[in-house]
Amino acid sequence: MIQRTKGEKAFGGFNIIFLSLLSICALYPMYYVLMASFSDSGRLMSHSGLLLYPDGFSLQGYKVIIDNANIWTGYGNTLFIVIIGTIISLVVTSMAAYPLSRKSFTLRNFFMLMITFTMMFSGGLIPRFLVVNDVGLYDSIWSLILPVAVNTTNLIIMRTAFAAVPDSLEESAKIDGANDLVTYARIILPLTKATLAVLALYYGVSYWNSWFTASIYLRSRSKFPLQLILREILIANDNVNTDNELMAESIKYAAIIVSTVPILCAYPFLQRYFVKGVMIGAVKG
Amino acid sequence: MPAKTVSRRKRSLWHRIVRDFIFNKYNYLLLAPALIYYILFHYVPMYGAQIAFRDYYVTKGILGSDWVGLKYFEQFFSSYYFGRLVTNTVLLSGLNILWGFPAPIILALLLNEVRNQVFKKTVQTITYLPHFISLVVACGIIIDFTKQNGLINDIIAFFGGERILFLQSPEWFRPVYIISGIWQEIGWGSIIYLSAIAGISQELYEAAKIDGANRWQETWHITLPGIMETIVILLILRVGKLMSLGYEKVLLLYNETTYLTADIISTYVYRRGIQNAEYSFASAVDLFNSVINMALLLIVNAISKRVQGSSLF
Repeated sequence: MIQRTKGEKAFGGFNIIFLSLLSICALYPMYYVLMASFSDSGRLMSHSGLLLYPDGFSLQGYKVIIDNANIWTGYGNTLFIVIIGTIISLVVTSMAAYPLSRKSFTLRNFFMLMITFTMMFSGGLIPRFLVVNDVGLYDSIWSLILPVAVNTTNLIIMRTAFAAVPDSLEESAKIDGANDLVTYARIILPLTKATLAVLALYYGVSYWNSWFTASIYLRSRSKFPLQLILREILIANDNVNTDNELMAESIKYAAIIVSTVPILCAYPFLQRYFVKGVMIGAVKG
Repeated sequence: MPAKTVSRRKRSLWHRIVRDFIFNKYNYLLLAPALIYYILFHYVPMYGAQIAFRDYYVTKGILGSDWVGLKYFEQFFSSYYFGRLVTNTVLLSGLNILWGFPAPIILALLLNEVRNQVFKKTVQTITYLPHFISLVVACGIIIDFTKQNGLINDIIAFFGGERILFLQSPEWFRPVYIISGIWQEIGWGSIIYLSAIAGISQELYEAAKIDGANRWQETWHITLPGIMETIVILLILRVGKLMSLGYEKVLLLYNETTYLTADIISTYVYRRGIQNAEYSFASAVDLFNSVINMALLLIVNAISKRVQGSSLF
């Protein structure tokens, strides 16, 4: 063991303290919300400072949330978008990544250029909005999936993973009479499961989080995803209504917990994949 | 005869395309859905962006609407908002890079100094957490904590300070946006630097120890140069996205009282275009932003080619 100098020991101590404080800052907001969700809303309004345990235990917020139909239809819509959207995105992305990773595909570079150009330049929000309207997706739940079905960064990641599969495997498949469809489905996909898992997670999270597209394309409340309902509850930007304030106060925290806990429960199990994803994204080249 | 050679060349080019199409038929089949997606949702809107040069009416269609040239661009450039929007966009984004970019690097360097692996892993896992909270919920928490009787003001009041209406004060919008951004992303952003640090050869550290270097000198002369390439690449990428920063978060956090500093080009496009249905004007503003954005990306890409000898795109 190498001797540490006094200065290094002091630094080590400060470092531990600093990182602990940082962790508290990262964790405390969620803890506060959790405690507040079990608190009595009247007492919470007058409460000041840190909340280490519920202030006047009450399940009122959860009762209101459970009776709130919007939250549950929102949940349903979000689950639909996340599941169906992720499947569609993964299928379309991986299908496209295959020809784009083939050296034998003559127009590969042309299509790559066409795709990467969209990362640099876009027609803008309004023309896109008009196209979505024109194809009849306005106020349809598909407007939250189809216009964002392929993420170019994800496509490039997938292509890089496909290109890394040794050529010899495909050649031997070709000799055995496999065509491109078979090679894609039987050889390439099974060998790139890890990347597929990471991209599924990326797509899933982006569908779960999306609210902006929903706010511009959807009109009917029955189609609103969870995040849009949460925005109404949490961010009363335009309609500051004092009558509703107490009510909003009571369900706000419960709404956060109900909508976030499933993600946070899954998170320790999925963290590994996310971390792997950061690495894959980093070496995209 | 020239005519004949041309026709032969034409035919052979056509021939080649047909042959390629037959040879690669399954490849085209696999590519087709994505191709339709890119054409429909990226290239058709690019074509549609010409409404910025027209007096667009939905009933008349794109080509039926009158050509007005640069009318809407002039209207935007001469308006009071032009200077304010460009300043706000560049400042919010630039300050966000200035403060937000070094934060995860510092965290990674500090984590690297921790000897207790369990403590290190715990800090990492906890600091990733805010990244997994959805943006709407994160902004809900930010609004709740910064309101007049919110937690942060309670703490300020506890220490004898004056309560601040953070999200109603233009001068506080940028700090709130940037600091909350650090809270959301510091842990997540540090992953990539930690992996870069892990990739540095241990022999370098051993050699430095033999030469009598202390931890500080090791960090300064080995760790930091070791991750410098990663830092430069990520910084270049960040700067390239200067004009397209996260406007969804701005939309969730701003309000009329903070437009003075919070309103950026994208949020302005949203209000004028989607909320007021001024399609042509909003498209002109957006197109201006897109062009600046692309120019910036091309410049940044050229710099990246010089610095690290590889293109980013």
